[in-house]
Amino acid sequence: MIPGVRGVPQKRFHSVRLESDKCRGCTNCLKRCPTEAIRVRGGRAHIIDERCIDCGECIRVCGYHAKVAVTDPLSAISGFKYKIALPAPSLYGQFHDLRSISQVLNGLKQMGFDDAFEVARGADVVSRAIRERLKNPDLPRPVISSACPAIVRLIQVRFPDLLDHIVDVRQPMEVAAMIAKREFARRHGVNEKDIGCFFISPCPAKVTAIRNPIGHATSAVDGAISVLEIYGLLSSQIRNAPIDISIETASDLGVGWARSGGESDAVSPENSMSVDGIENCIRVLEEIEDNRLRGLEFFEGAACTGGCVGGPLNFENNYVARSSIRRLSSRDPDPDLHVDSGMMTKYSLYNNESIKPNMAMKLDDDLLEAMRKMDQIEKLVSELPGYDCGSCGSPTCRTFAEDIVQGVATKMDCIHKMKEQLRVMAQQMVNLAQTSRE
Amino acid sequence: MAVLLEKSFPVEAGAYTTAGEASTTIKRTLKQLGISAEVLRHVSVACYEVELNLVIHSLGGTLTLLVDPEKVTLISRDVGPGIPDIDKAMTEGFSTANEEARTLGFGAGMGLPNMKRNATEFDIQSEVGVGTTITMSFALQ
Repeated sequence: MIPGVRGVPQKRFHSVRLESDKCRGCTNCLKRCPTEAIRVRGGRAHIIDERCIDCGECIRVCGYHAKVAVTDPLSAISGFKYKIALPAPSLYGQFHDLRSISQVLNGLKQMGFDDAFEVARGADVVSRAIRERLKNPDLPRPVISSACPAIVRLIQVRFPDLLDHIVDVRQPMEVAAMIAKREFARRHGVNEKDIGCFFISPCPAKVTAIRNPIGHATSAVDGAISVLEIYGLLSSQIRNAPIDISIETASDLGVGWARSGGESDAVSPENSMSVDGIENCIRVLEEIEDNRLRGLEFFEGAACTGGCVGGPLNFENNYVARSSIRRLSSRDPDPDLHVDSGMMTKYSLYNNESIKPNMAMKLDDDLLEAMRKMDQIEKLVSELPGYDCGSCGSPTCRTFAEDIVQGVATKMDCIHKMKEQLRVMAQQMVNLAQTSRE
Repeated sequence: MAVLLEKSFPVEAGAYTTAGEASTTIKRTLKQLGISAEVLRHVSVACYEVELNLVIHSLGGTLTLLVDPEKVTLISRDVGPGIPDIDKAMTEGFSTANEEARTLGFGAGMGLPNMKRNATEFDIQSEVGVGTTITMSFALQ
């Protein structure tokens, strides 16, 4: 059984999974998980469902490739009469000799999609919507970007008091899917229901966000195919895909969303902060919580180093991809050039559900009981060696103490405690042997 | 109601490198207890301000967290130097922060007023040459 935080695991969809036959039970993922959602039990890693935020850190650090992201195969598109590819802007950064974004769009069409609609164009609309929101002085500052679903879920788990800072604008892929369907249906006189929109994803958190959207009930996106899944096929198509810049409809600022800082450039260039890497984001979110960043208007956090170009499902390393994106998005600086104001009312750009805290870190639903447990944890922590070695299967001595108190680990899972105990027992046996000789 | 949880954190004078660590641990503790977001927001701000005050202005002291079913309480006790004029110290914009603190962006004179604004109950006692005790409570209901 997967050890749930309070004994009983809650089943929910996660893109990030474990292939347990590949797992050696090492401590790499254990130590890197930002929500302490992994335990090694019985020589295998387990993911605690209710804590996992699908950031993909474990996929990146697993040397045995036992952590994987569940995405749709390319063949999934055949379930729809009309198929539209929604390339994430970071996809453009995967081909270092790319001359024009239109090559990627045409390449996708050659692969069997009826159309390709740029998520970067969705980002253009989202940027405008966020700029409108920032005009409202009543929103708590800094306003926090909703773009990285791993960061939004991190806030749900670890910073519930910052949830009302998150801007209520939907993600670019959602907006792109809505526009793509509407425009395609109108242009071809077909029913929107017959159109399937597939996000070409660098990121497991986005895959999860399609299945379990945050802030709205259903997703306009019908599936997610990882960049890695199509990389080989698409590269060969790009080689003979025609260049036609008239089909590039997103602004450079929209394309810039692929890298950390791109959203800030498009939204609030004056007074924003962009932070990449989940540990860095945690540090800055702590500061926001303490009200240390007074005067900051907008915070853009990306779980991956470099932003979406650093997503674990990409092919190219994030530094190469980042410079490719820079090269491809260095022309027009006018943010509203590509978005007319009519767009702002035509589509459901805003969330219609509030984002609730995820109380997976809570020790108990009852405050008194939680305090009692906390007290026990403190006592246990003072008895543990404090090496944070992970050999017990919990990431730190403190989380190990929490696991003992929650009844999912026992003190003898600590090899150092075990050795101590063995020493005592050995001494007792020596003593016993000596007494019986007399 | 009896106090059910107590944690104390020593805070060193001038220790800017570790400033904020006690606050981070206190926030983590309260989140694990399931304290509401609304209360967390107030405690976070006040806690960091009071910890920073110990680092910047005191000769060292202790930050103590107390939790009972009705409220969260933070007590900051230091061993000096003490505040000669509390009313003045409570005035927005008044600060005695030194050059080192100011270069680090502190000393806007908002510390004590900010604490008072965020706490449900706020009390400050000080004697020059002896020390200052600040007690803040945050109602859970």
